[in-house]
Amino acid sequence: MNKILHILETVKDPEIPVLSLVDLGVITDVVVDGDTVLVKMTPTFVGCPAMDYMKAEVETALQQHGYKPHVTISFEKPWSSDLISEKGKAALKKYGLAPPPDNKLFTDLEILETATCPRCNGTNTELKTPFGPTLCRALYYCHSCKEAFEQFKPV
Amino acid sequence: MSLALKELLYKLADDQLILGHRNSEWTGFGPLLEEDIAFSSMAQDKVGQSLALYTLLQTLGESDPDTVAFTRNANQFHNCILVELPNQEYDFSLIRHFLFDTAEALRFEALSNSSYEPLAQLARKIRGELRYHTLHANTWIKQLGSATEESITRLQNSLVVAMPYALGIFEPSPYEAELISEKIFSGEADLQKKWLEKIEATLNQTHLHLPDWKTIIPVYGGRTGKHSEHLQPLLDEMSEVFRIDPSAEW
Ligand SMILES: [Zn+2]
Repeated sequence: MNKILHILETVKDPEIPVLSLVDLGVITDVVVDGDTVLVKMTPTFVGCPAMDYMKAEVETALQQHGYKPHVTISFEKPWSSDLISEKGKAALKKYGLAPPPDNKLFTDLEILETATCPRCNGTNTELKTPFGPTLCRALYYCHSCKEAFEQFKPV
Repeated sequence: MSLALKELLYKLADDQLILGHRNSEWTGFGPLLEEDIAFSSMAQDKVGQSLALYTLLQTLGESDPDTVAFTRNANQFHNCILVELPNQEYDFSLIRHFLFDTAEALRFEALSNSSYEPLAQLARKIRGELRYHTLHANTWIKQLGSATEESITRLQNSLVVAMPYALGIFEPSPYEAELISEKIFSGEADLQKKWLEKIEATLNQTHLHLPDWKTIIPVYGGRTGKHSEHLQPLLDEMSEVFRIDPSAEW
């Protein structure tokens, strides 16, 4: 099982190449039966255009190691930004993307109004638009750096 | 139960697909670059959500999502007429976005408790995404609904025009009683009640006024395939892209 997780660790989010699918939290179930591996995945956003690509990447990675993958997409355990691991959040920040705040706090939309700047860690920031360049990113402006930055949206 | 469930899924999916396409028509034409991106993102969400709903229909024996989305005629679509109306000026698109997405967010909230578990699972996911759509709509309605005399007048006029169509969102299905008793969906009447409360609460924070809805005759027909003249040309355009390259990512 650990071996399988190691293989899956090598598959990265095509939009954020520092983040593995395991740390992103989109792999929701792995069952190993001999050389057959059943993987359940769930999209970050229902309309995520990268889902088919990620599924194919998982299949290829497992096949390269001699496994017979069977990957299905399921909403049984829906993705939420809370499923991003601590390691994943650190990788996002290093990449220049503000990690999402705890989704449990996201009962009020006011939490979206400011975010911590991944460059200067300042909070003198302002939400420009919750719709960034991809479905999972919001656009902010940091008044300290006087530059825009993106945040991985809490969902 | 199967007929009632299918009718419900078709109406959900067709609403998302058609409004998704209308939203995508703002790409390159939004009043601000941010608005361009916002409507494009919401389009991508909605079309993606419609695909997931068509995929559920496929598990119930319907054709595959592409065939269902791109080869039916207008009279086989179950979307409400509100979503097929042309975008017109930005103020109309914004009012439609506000009226429709408020209803949609409440609808998927209700469906997240559906006794039909695959739909409940999908609804729990979709309702989180729709929070961003209603956030966007409410922000602009509150801002422009209290800004200048021109913006207030334009929005108020669009609200009056859109209202009969918005009430058409809640056209009762022939399976209403069955859906409610089977706990698949809490029903259109209940949804409309919650929707009116919600939009009134937002409009009260602006200079806009909810028209007296009791005197308005709702525009029904969309749910039973009786559409305006605007739907078929939209479908033709969509399926043209599909026919050129059936494997095209959309
Ligand atoms: Zn900064």
